[in-house]
Order: sequence, then C-alpha cells, then structure tokens
Amino acid sequence: MTKLNALWDLVVVGGGNAALCAAIEAAELGASVVILEGAPRDYRGGNSRHTRNFRCMHQGPLSVLTDIYEEEEYFDDLLRVTKGETDEHLARLAIRTSESCLPWMEKQGVRFQPSLSGTLSLSRTNAFFLGGGKALVNAYYNRAADLGVTVIYEAQVTHVDIQDGVFSGVTCDIAGVTQLIEGKSVVLASGGFQADLEWLARAWGPAAKNFLIRGTPYNRGVVLKDMIDQGAETVGDPTQCHAVAIDGRAPKYDGGIVTRLDCVPFSIVVNRDGQRFYDEGEDVWPKRYAIWGRLVAAQPDQVAYSIIDTKSIDAFMPSVFPPIQADTIEGLGQKLGISGTVLKSTVEAFNAACQEGMFHGNELDGLTTKGLTPSKTNWARPITQAPFYGYELRPGVTFTYLGLKVDETARVTGAGGRMKNVWAAGEIMAGSILGQGYLAGFGMTIGTVFGRIAGKEAAAHVL
Amino acid sequence: MSYEIPILPKSNTLAEARRQVEICNACRYCEGYCAVFPAITRQRAFADGDLTQLANLCHNCQGCYHACQYTAPHEFALNLPGILADVRQESWDEYAWPQAFAGRFQRRGTPIALALVVGLALLFALVTALPATDGLGFYAFVSHSLMIAIFAPAFLAPMVAIGVGLRRYWCAVGGQPIRFAHLRHAVSAVATMRNLGGGQGQGCNFEDGDRFSNKRRIAHQLVMYGFLLCFAATSSATLMHYLLDIQAPYEIFSLPKLLGLTGGLMMSVGALWLVMLKRRADRKLGSVRAWGGEMAFVLLLGLTGFTGLWLYAATGTPLVAPLLALHLGAVLTFFLITPYSKMVHGFYRLAALVRDAQSIT
Repeated sequence: MTKLNALWDLVVVGGGNAALCAAIEAAELGASVVILEGAPRDYRGGNSRHTRNFRCMHQGPLSVLTDIYEEEEYFDDLLRVTKGETDEHLARLAIRTSESCLPWMEKQGVRFQPSLSGTLSLSRTNAFFLGGGKALVNAYYNRAADLGVTVIYEAQVTHVDIQDGVFSGVTCDIAGVTQLIEGKSVVLASGGFQADLEWLARAWGPAAKNFLIRGTPYNRGVVLKDMIDQGAETVGDPTQCHAVAIDGRAPKYDGGIVTRLDCVPFSIVVNRDGQRFYDEGEDVWPKRYAIWGRLVAAQPDQVAYSIIDTKSIDAFMPSVFPPIQADTIEGLGQKLGISGTVLKSTVEAFNAACQEGMFHGNELDGLTTKGLTPSKTNWARPITQAPFYGYELRPGVTFTYLGLKVDETARVTGAGGRMKNVWAAGEIMAGSILGQGYLAGFGMTIGTVFGRIAGKEAAAHVL
Repeated sequence: MSYEIPILPKSNTLAEARRQVEICNACRYCEGYCAVFPAITRQRAFADGDLTQLANLCHNCQGCYHACQYTAPHEFALNLPGILADVRQESWDEYAWPQAFAGRFQRRGTPIALALVVGLALLFALVTALPATDGLGFYAFVSHSLMIAIFAPAFLAPMVAIGVGLRRYWCAVGGQPIRFAHLRHAVSAVATMRNLGGGQGQGCNFEDGDRFSNKRRIAHQLVMYGFLLCFAATSSATLMHYLLDIQAPYEIFSLPKLLGLTGGLMMSVGALWLVMLKRRADRKLGSVRAWGGEMAFVLLLGLTGFTGLWLYAATGTPLVAPLLALHLGAVLTFFLITPYSKMVHGFYRLAALVRDAQSIT
C-alpha cells in the first residue's frame, strides 16, 4: 500500500476492457500505471466479463473472421441501429481502427475462436473470444502484471480532482479507508450508471426499480456524476438505457448471457392482464430482441409472459431456468400468477386467427394471423399441444447512453474547453458513438479503440 | 420433449452436475476449450449416463473455470471441473468390479501406502526366504517361473476387472459398436493429450491460476509414454524369452533395456513434475476428497519408475536383492490396485473419447 503514495504517470479509473487497454498501452510506453478497480478480484472487469465478441472491420480474412467487412457496411450497420444518433467522425475512427486492434489483442494474449454455435450470423463480422469476456479480461490482467502495472481491487473512486482543466489526483475508498492517489494523468474508464437503480428511477421513472441489471453491480456512475458535477460536457440521452427482455427469474445483477430468452418469436407474449401487446413475429430474433426490453418495461409491473406449446419447445436455445409447465392453458396461467381464464381466451383468439401454412423457424415464414390486433406476422402457429410452457419476461438493462463527450484523442471536454490531462474510454464515453440501439460486439470495439488511444495519449503527455 | 421427465438423481453429485451443465448449455462461451462443451451443446436434457460421459470426457484443464462469469461468489456458483471430477470418481466406484474394492484406493493415500507395504513385505519375504537359484541377474533371487506365477495373474486379474467396469460404463453411456474411425479419433486425442491443450495449444490452467501452460500436459505425457515404454520393455523381454529363447539379463543395447531405461526415466521425472505441479494447483478445481489418493498414486508411479532405474544402477552390488524386492513390490502393488485407483482414469477416459467420437461422426 505504501507504493500508492507515489505520483503515478497514469491513474486508470475502472478495471474493464477499456481501462486495461489504456493501462497496457501506457505501460508499454514506459509509464508507471495504477489501475483502480472498484470490484473485488472475483468480479473484476466490469461488463467486459460478460461480453463475448469484438466487431471488427476487415478487408480480407483476418484471424477467425471470414470474408470481408468494410468500413461502409460497418457504418451502415451502425446507422441502422442508432438511427443516426452517432458522431460520424468518432464512429468511423472506431471502425477503421478496429482492424488493427485484433492483431494487437492477440499480441496481448487474447485468443479468438470461430463464432459459437447458434451465432453463425456473426461469423463474418464478430471475432469471438475463446472462453468469453472473462478470459479476455484475465489475459489483459496478466499482460498488465507482466508490464509492471499495479492493480488495486475494491478501490472505489469517489472524486476526480480537477482544477482549471488540470487533473491532479483521485479520492478513493480502498477497503473502507479513504485515500488520495495522485497522478500526472487520468483515464476514466469506469462504465455507465446502470447499476444505480435510484439514478435509473430518476431518469426513467419509478418503474426502473423493477428492472434487472444484466451486468456488473459495480457500474454505479459515481465517477460519471462527479465529472458532470464538475462541468464536464456530456453526450447521450440521460433518460435512456439499453434493455432487452430476459428471464424474469434472473438474479437482480450479473445474470449475464444465460438469462436471455429466445422463445419470443415462437410464442405469444401477454402482459400481467393476460393481453397481447406487440407483434411477436415482426422479424428474426437477433433483429428484435433489443426492442423487447422497452416493450416489457412499458407494461404494468414491467412484466410479461411468453407462452408456447410443445411444438416450439426445441425451436430455440435452452435458457438457464426451465419453463413453467402445465397441461392446460388455464393451469399455466395460474402457475404464472395471471388469470387462467383470460389467458385461455387470449390464446383461443390467437389460435382462431392462425392460418394454414408452412412453418420455418429459421426465416421469415409469412405465417401470419388474420383479423387479430396486434397481429403476429410470422411463425404464427396455434398453441394447442400440451404440455404448455411459459416464461416470465422482465427488462434487463445492459448499459446507459449518457456519457462524457470526448474528441478523437479520447480527451474529455470541460466548461473551459478540452481538459489538459483527462481522458475517457469505454462505456463512460460510448454514448458519443452509440447514441441509441445496440450493435453486437460494438461496445468492445469502442472500449478497445478508445482505451488504446487514451493510454497512448496519456503516456505521450506525461513522458 | 417434455421437461417433466422424472429424472431421479442417484446422488447429490449428479444433481449438482446437472444444474451446472444446464447453465453451461445456456451460455456456451467455453465451446472452444475442449470436447466437453461441444458435447453439452448436442443435448438439451442430461440423464445420469450423459453426465457420467461428460465427466469422463473432462480432462480437468480448468480453462472453463477461469473463464466463467458464474463462479462463486456469484449465486450460480459454477465449478464445472470440480463437480465433474466428483462425478468421475463416483462413476469409477459404481462400475468397479468386484464392488468390494470400489473406491478403496481412490480417495486417500493411506490405503495405497498400506498396500505398498504389503506388496513390499511379500517380495522381501520371497527374496530372503528363497534360496539362491542358479539363474542369472534377477533370476538369481527370484526364478523366472516364480515371477511369472506372481505377475501374470497380478496383471491379468486387474485387466479383467477393468474390462467388466468398462462394459458397465459403455452400457451406462449408451455406447454403440466401435469402428476404427472412433478409435483413431480417441487415440489421437490421447497421444497429444489434445484436451489439455486449451483448444489452441496454449495448454491448461493448473499450477499458475488463470495463466495457461503446457507443463501439466507434458508431465502427464512423460509419465504416460514412460509407462508405455516400460510396458513395451517387459513385453519385448517376454517375446525374446519365449520366442527367441534369449534370456535375461539383457545387454544395455537390447530392446528391453533401452525401452525400460528410457521409460523409467520419463516416468520418474514426469511423476515428480506432476507432484510439484499438483502441489501448486487449486484443490477445489479437482475432486477435493480424492486429492490424497491421487497424490499417493502419482508417487507410487514415480516410485515404480525410480526403483527400476536404481535397481539397474545397482547391478553387481549387494543392493540388488533389496532393490529388486522394492521395485517388484511397487510394481505388484501398482498392478493390483489399478482398477480401484486413479490409474483407472486412463481406461475410462479412452472409452469416453471413443464414445464422443461416435457422437461426432
């Protein structure tokens, strides 16, 4: 602990992907670096420990990536999900730089594998980490240790000391003791605020208390708020978060990937009152799962129920919790805690609206309902074969959009212009580029690209 | 398919393994590490036999543990290498024949040490009690026919016991008729210890937390190939004795000596290395309750190799008689406890690899 009294070349706040990339780049250039990770060692790595891939531009086959994925297509994909809510200059920088990041990541010890079963649609665009995000985080921590980077766990930064745009140190709670850690530069990579339910409730309304948080409980936005209070410029809608519909039985925090449910397109989804509220078959699931968090969040008590019959039980990847099961629709309703009679009439109305036709689970099959509101426009098969199954759905928050505004060097801007020695990377600034929606694996791209830039810039500034 | 198939677990271990494997099947991040995860993804529900097969397919590389988002203190508390190690142990006990010996030398070191004492005592008694024969070399102490009388049954009886166990295993995991392609797949996986390779040759996690290394893989192969060389040495000597009528002691540049010396050296070094690595490893990622038995078994293997080398080095000295008793006592103990000790893992793992090949091809 005595070493903490040193004047560090670089203080990195946070311990996920962006923080580690910054620390490694700066340490490689010879800077003395301390990483302040708010989580204990077992939970280190922020939301990066839940990730699984990296969206990467490539002009030819690259590592595990097939074919080509060029800047324009990548940018178009981004425009489609963000509906234009992006900074084109920064977005293109992230996209273009991603190609050189992949070999760099491999050099640091990160390993890639071909896309996982059930994710073939991503084999061209996304490089999957062997073992997932935690394996990547482990590789980076090992690399950082080899480079002499000091890592302090359970170090929760409460204040970033900035006077007239110049950083001098952070106030930090380490194992219950408040300490001042001084440095010549700082990289803020401490994530968003999605784990602070009070903040979410202020932004979204009291309903947010019922949301589940898919990732780390340690992203409470303390540093983000402190920076905003000190006049740092922000980007991104402060009221919005990215949420998907997940299994309602998931843990409050950190449920991660296994809580996802892919059954919606093959089901009907009803709310607490037993009523349908949206077209479950609008498009294939990878293109629709992201809107369902919001749809469920808008329902009473922020809960919904996905109902299928035996025909569909094997049509999607297994989830971590077995479905609720009953031999009758009424019985299923009761087991789910909703009115069995209402559910029965909803299912009967749906069944009556189903048409003859061929069902194709892997493509838009046009099997649509007739005369039903809202209609189900694909995969509409009557729910008739017992046993019947139900899954409870709740909104699972992945990340928030509000963040610090940065320039192309990842430098943070304050009331008096660009700050002298303050950089930001990862979720804390991702709103600059990803203002709305989500593109699989793009969070890791932003974190890697801007983490590396921030680390190099900070080191160049100090050394 | 129905989720209400009444799967009654035979033990809490299997129930816990089922819980963990179902979580893995909903995650699948570890698909690239070894053969276990692709095998998991081929199923949605896991019967006891399926879990037994997964457990014996698992080589305990521990990659999945360190990559897992759900290890304790997370409430899912996954430790797949740990629970599969326990299932493995229990499956060997369950299929052991005769059942009276099941698990006797599996968990703790003391029974192995006691067996060794008995084995050594027997051989010492033989060497001292028997009058010197007119045989040459070792046969001056224990005649060739007596050696055969002791070691032929001591080798064949355990083989029969293991055969019965494997047959039970094969039924439990739904094995099908074996084709050459299945064997080729399995043997090549064993020859390179592919499943300790981490999927990309970086090795496993064992002696150094979440860092990968091939040390354990190499140490294991030293022991395995060393053992096979020693076995080949004995086999070649047997053939030379009976077919060519060339009798021991053999020259240094003879097949039995070259194979035996090399094998003994590899076994001794490999076993010592394994012991050192195992001391640095995290016990909870294996079968905690079997740690002592596993350690004692590795030591016994090392002792077998080392005493063989020492015996050779002592040729022509008065130490030959006691060393011969020591070496043969170790070998005898090793053979006799094989079906009921860690040694049996090799047979079941080969069977699991063959079974896995059947699911892939």
